Amino acid sequence: VTTATPATPATTEVDWRRLSVRMLLVHPVVESLRALPVIFGLLIVGSRSGGGGWWSLIGVGVAVALGLLRWATTRYRVTREHIEIQRGLVNRRVVTVPRDRVRSVDITAHVLHRVLGLVKVAVGTGESDRQRHESLVLDGMATGDAARLREELLHQRRPTFASPVLDGMSVPIGAAVGGPATAGPTTAGPPGPAVDAGAGGYTAPVSGPRYSETRLAKLSPAWILYGPFTLSGLVTVGVVLAFAWRTINEAHVNPERVGIVRSVTDELTAIPIGLAVVEVIIAAMIVIAVLSTLGYVLAFWNFSLTRNEAGTLHIGRGLLTTRATTIEERRLRGVELSEPLLLRAVGAARCIAITTGLRVGRGAERGGSLILPPAPRSEALRVGEDVLGQAAPLTTQLVGHPRPALRRRLTRSLFGAAVLIGLAGLLSWGVSEPVWVIGVAIVAVPLAILVGIDRYRSLGHAVVGHHVVFRLGSLVRRRSALSADGVIGFTLRQSFFQRRSGLVTLTATTAAGRQRYELLDVRAGTAVAIANQALPGILNPFLVQAQVQASGPSRSPASVVENG
Amino acid sequence: MAEMTLRPPQLLVSRRAIGYWTVRAAIGWLVLLAGETVLWLNNQQDPAIVYEVVLGITLVAAVLHLVVMPQWRYRVHRWERTGEAVYTQSGWFNVERRIAPISRIQTVDSRMGFFERIFGLANVTVTTASAAGPLKIHGLDRELARELVDDLIRTTQATPGDAT
Repeated sequence: VTTATPATPATTEVDWRRLSVRMLLVHPVVESLRALPVIFGLLIVGSRSGGGGWWSLIGVGVAVALGLLRWATTRYRVTREHIEIQRGLVNRRVVTVPRDRVRSVDITAHVLHRVLGLVKVAVGTGESDRQRHESLVLDGMATGDAARLREELLHQRRPTFASPVLDGMSVPIGAAVGGPATAGPTTAGPPGPAVDAGAGGYTAPVSGPRYSETRLAKLSPAWILYGPFTLSGLVTVGVVLAFAWRTINEAHVNPERVGIVRSVTDELTAIPIGLAVVEVIIAAMIVIAVLSTLGYVLAFWNFSLTRNEAGTLHIGRGLLTTRATTIEERRLRGVELSEPLLLRAVGAARCIAITTGLRVGRGAERGGSLILPPAPRSEALRVGEDVLGQAAPLTTQLVGHPRPALRRRLTRSLFGAAVLIGLAGLLSWGVSEPVWVIGVAIVAVPLAILVGIDRYRSLGHAVVGHHVVFRLGSLVRRRSALSADGVIGFTLRQSFFQRRSGLVTLTATTAAGRQRYELLDVRAGTAVAIANQALPGILNPFLVQAQVQASGPSRSPASVVENG
Repeated sequence: MAEMTLRPPQLLVSRRAIGYWTVRAAIGWLVLLAGETVLWLNNQQDPAIVYEVVLGITLVAAVLHLVVMPQWRYRVHRWERTGEAVYTQSGWFNVERRIAPISRIQTVDSRMGFFERIFGLANVTVTTASAAGPLKIHGLDRELARELVDDLIRTTQATPGDAT
């Protein structure tokens, strides 16, 4: 228990804090690494590359300088009501977010960060995109500071403000200036343990109340076997190829002259083309499988999901780059069970939290809401149930979608196949026999039909208690259970063709997760019923009996009121 | 239980929106036609008939679009607000209906583009906390748009909570 500081005239000033000085080391190194191809080109090939390389290097210098400037001009503080981040040298601007808008804290540290004891902190709020989404990121905070910030933002606001000491202080801030400095001791009850009441501002308690943590899930080494089926290695292959391509370009290396590349191409040109294709495909599969497994280990090593008594979920994972995400459970709007095709084939699934402040699949926040890496489906269901507090939304048998939806899925996928065949036709125009086009068609059409059927079979919905359940997708099948609390509105979309078959696509919009959850091709009546259950009462004025209402949107002239 | 369906919103937008939509679409078509004409005039080797046919098809499509689309759109674009919700319908070939409870509205603003100003129109955008959630009402009479914005802002300020 810390002691309160001596009573001083009450002000609302709280000291600004800075990022760690060690961050000065990180920026130059990271920027230099990024510029490695350029540097490589300059050092190996020297002046032959002309002025371009030097310009790139100057660019690197500018990037480093900007990084340093960013460090020097970034300050942050946590006051009683707000978290404030100040940036900029000339255009100094302060981002202020009320503390009760903080939904999540995401702490990542890559290798260099970890060596220096630093982390990057991203504070997630419930703000929509337009309002400077990226701005609550503090890159280069000392590990201890970050942990303290997280505690302050997510675990300590309620207890602190509920303490009798601060209740006694609950006067408007303006009035507090010059007011009595003896606020703390005058109130009844025991003085709060760690509240700097005298300053009137907010100082972080160093030792707040301790909350217990319960572990909900932990990585089992056997799950690593699912690694190859995640195909995450595809991305790595892409990055490596891009890096190699850049290096070749910058250094003006002729790939033909590199020994390995040359022997491989010689080998492949020597054998029949069919065999060569098969060999390349097998090699690619092996490489991708190995890299995917490696990716799984790197990303999810030490994965653990815990629940803190204070009302947060905590996710920690990562072998080299570590990531620790803390989500406020009160803001959790549901859970998504996601099954990419290959993982589905081997009975595995992932679990993703649907929460505000952490958007799915966007920039820095990507993957922050993953609450279970690819694991056995039963495990995913168990974790989903734990997090939701009930199993039904993830296990209930869903209602399938009407028959015309199948026709629409098939039309879509066959159209895709037709485009592919058309492209093949264009490419082989006059170059070779139409045998290629036929080959593409033989492969693409049955695949398209299979995908179409599978997409139809995936379609499903249900309203389970307080949750609306959506399921769709074949290549990635997602079953999302979205709490009605999180539904912000509904969109009912009908294409010309959907209107003819009486179907509609219902989208629930929300501030959480993917921001939109879709039900493809449900009957209009079903869509209305679902929307009505999720937002009770809101739709009532707009509802009519189905028989009375003709289907077209323009056929109720009696009710039309002209204006303007 | 009898199945319920949504009826369309009650209020039409301003009739002047038809002119606005026509002019806006016409500009797109004119740019395309101008591009095609330039290609045609600079043509050296291809048979002229190709260009004439393409130009002809574009012209017919443009006229059809300009005659049909604005009228159709005018019949589809509608809106309504109750004490609890804003309800819009937009589109023409594809129709979209959006409903947002007033309690979840974050911001309301009104904008006037160049052509909207010429026709004395304004659009009203209602945003919610969802990145996928804005409701837009196009082609409102300018006065009416202003009243609607003021009115919605007053109401939303009175209702707390935005589901974040």
